[in-house]
Amino acid sequence: MTQRFHTGDAVRTRAANPDGHTRLPRYLCGRRGTVEAVHGVYPLPDERARGIALTSCTKEALYTVVFDGREVWRERSSEPLSISADLWDCYLEPERAAK
Amino acid sequence: MASRVGALVAKLEAKGIVREAELDAAVEAFLLSTQRAGGPALVARAWVDPAFRARLFADANRALDEIGVDMTHWAQVKLRAVENTDRVHNVIVCTLCSCYPVSLLGPSPSWYKSLAYRSRVVREPRAVLAEFGLKLDPGIEVRVWDSTAELRYVVIPRRPEGTEGLGEADLAALVTRDSLIGTAVCRANSAG
Repeated sequence: MTQRFHTGDAVRTRAANPDGHTRLPRYLCGRRGTVEAVHGVYPLPDERARGIALTSCTKEALYTVVFDGREVWRERSSEPLSISADLWDCYLEPERAAK
Repeated sequence: MASRVGALVAKLEAKGIVREAELDAAVEAFLLSTQRAGGPALVARAWVDPAFRARLFADANRALDEIGVDMTHWAQVKLRAVENTDRVHNVIVCTLCSCYPVSLLGPSPSWYKSLAYRSRVVREPRAVLAEFGLKLDPGIEVRVWDSTAELRYVVIPRRPEGTEGLGEADLAALVTRDSLIGTAVCRANSAG
């Protein structure tokens, strides 16, 4: 799969968790964030955990995505917090730029 | 846990997959390698050498090569150094398991692997840091780095004031494990 996103892109994480292993933490499901860094292509752990060999599993772009703490926890706070996670391409969908 | 490990080892030995001597050698090599954990040396070099510091934030693995720290334990991992400033405080966690840059920091403390730390530090990091004795100004941005994938993170703490005359070795002695995780800051007298 090609790299769909670039640094600065607004993205939204997938809302639902799959049945098996994934590296999208549940607390970050369905949240809007910004691509902060692009790290190249890595084997998809969701497939590796199902026993699919390194040679035949899907390889996808990996990104660092930064989320505002208020977006993650759905609450107002005057104390600035950001949370980032390293997420594979298929965990993300493009988000129309807000504002 | 110990009895489960014991049962597993006994099975593997019975099947001829591992021998006790091999396991002992692997554990000893692991412990020896972590005793040479390079985190403090890395930070001290970044404090005294601005060009090295710039290279560290651009490509941490290459910077590690320069000072002879090997990040490859079982597999090559990509390291990213994140910088504390007067406006930003960084803290590291692995909410999904317990990913940790062991070659830089040594074996991880048990609290780092605890469910309490992993779940709370993303939810209420200021309260967690306060319990570690670190009270942050409300205006400082807390950045939590959740190591969910192939990268490992290390915090580069701020150089304490009053350390202008110190050399690299003395500076490295001020750099604690917790300051590299982000649950503490470096203090001029923390080495005693």
